[in-house]
Amino acid sequence: MTIDHHPSDELLLDYAAGALGEAWSLAVATHLALCPACRRTTARMEALGGAMLEAVAPAPVAPDGLAAVMARIDLPEAAVAAPPARLPASKSGLPQPLRRYAENAAGELDWQRLGLGASQLLIATGDRSATARLLRIPAGRPVPVHTHRGPELTLVLSGAFSDATGHYGPGDFQEADETLEHKPHADPGEDCICLAVTDAPLRFRSVAARLLQPLLGI
Amino acid sequence: MTEGDAPLDGPLYLNSLMLAVAAHRDKDAFQDLFQHFAPRVKAFVLRQGADVQMAEEVVQETMVKVWRKAGQFDPTKASASTWIFTIARNLRIDMLRRAARPEPDADDPFFVPDPAPPAHETLSRDQEAARLRDALSGLPPEQQEVLRLAFFEDKPHTQVAEELGIPLGTVKSRIRLAFRRMRAELGDEQ
Repeated sequence: MTIDHHPSDELLLDYAAGALGEAWSLAVATHLALCPACRRTTARMEALGGAMLEAVAPAPVAPDGLAAVMARIDLPEAAVAAPPARLPASKSGLPQPLRRYAENAAGELDWQRLGLGASQLLIATGDRSATARLLRIPAGRPVPVHTHRGPELTLVLSGAFSDATGHYGPGDFQEADETLEHKPHADPGEDCICLAVTDAPLRFRSVAARLLQPLLGI
Repeated sequence: MTEGDAPLDGPLYLNSLMLAVAAHRDKDAFQDLFQHFAPRVKAFVLRQGADVQMAEEVVQETMVKVWRKAGQFDPTKASASTWIFTIARNLRIDMLRRAARPEPDADDPFFVPDPAPPAHETLSRDQEAARLRDALSGLPPEQQEVLRLAFFEDKPHTQVAEELGIPLGTVKSRIRLAFRRMRAELGDEQ
């Protein structure tokens, strides 16, 4: 997999520092699973976090803090929660951690039809300020022209799309903001499946698309 | 390595304590780790907006996890400080924000593994950490500030920009310049 488009340093920094919400983190973490170069950058940023931890002026802990921890580590470790059960074999072909969020209990994807051949799958996260969804755009078809009220992250999982900013294939990551009005177009040959994260409903420009938007739920 | 090689607060000494805990369940070494890291984790989490009680709880959970997961500590991947930073970060997200932190899973069949390290890569993790600290202290103050805020404020860079009253583009470019400099300092190719 050749990845040409990566998350920005500022987004990786937010992820490494732990300041990024769960839905945005899901897109970054799934890209990291596919991209050794960005994992390396993220490891550097975590090392910076370690350096910050060393440099902070220490705050004394409660006097019984050490004793409390020493008592707990003497407890048998069986008291620790069991690791989560292993998932059944994947039918969706999605990488982790996305797979765990997107598949149903049977390991399948419950696509909802959006009309015009497109489908989506809303992904539940603990992050109410943002929406994560899988989008499936039929091969060779456009996504309606839209702008963003806030940022949008898009990670291509299979197939490819192009817009005015470039060509995006599997593993490629796009960060768009409200200044970008783009018209993504799926490549011919294969449906394009991407993970999209937004913090506000997409805003479509054509009247027809705007009228459809509430019905489509996007 | 003898005692004389490692200053009592230095990264090599802290790594050796971690390895003693991992290999021998060494409680004296663990107490030394607690004395060093617990007040730092507490200060870190307080700066991120936790109240004192919550900060104490994050400290306790972090140190218990350091004990239980010591076997996963790998000094060729991260220093003790970096490893403990990531444990405290994840617990803070879990306990303060009550959210999960999605992470890649190296055991997943779709995970793309690291390529073999290039032959010219000769820096050890400790040398890297030292270069990183040098690079950080050599950055212009405004670049240091955005990095500190990223780690200490628990706010994404978009919000940091709002609070500093600085255009978002300026915050982005400061972060990018800072990491360009660090990559150059560490000999990264990207």
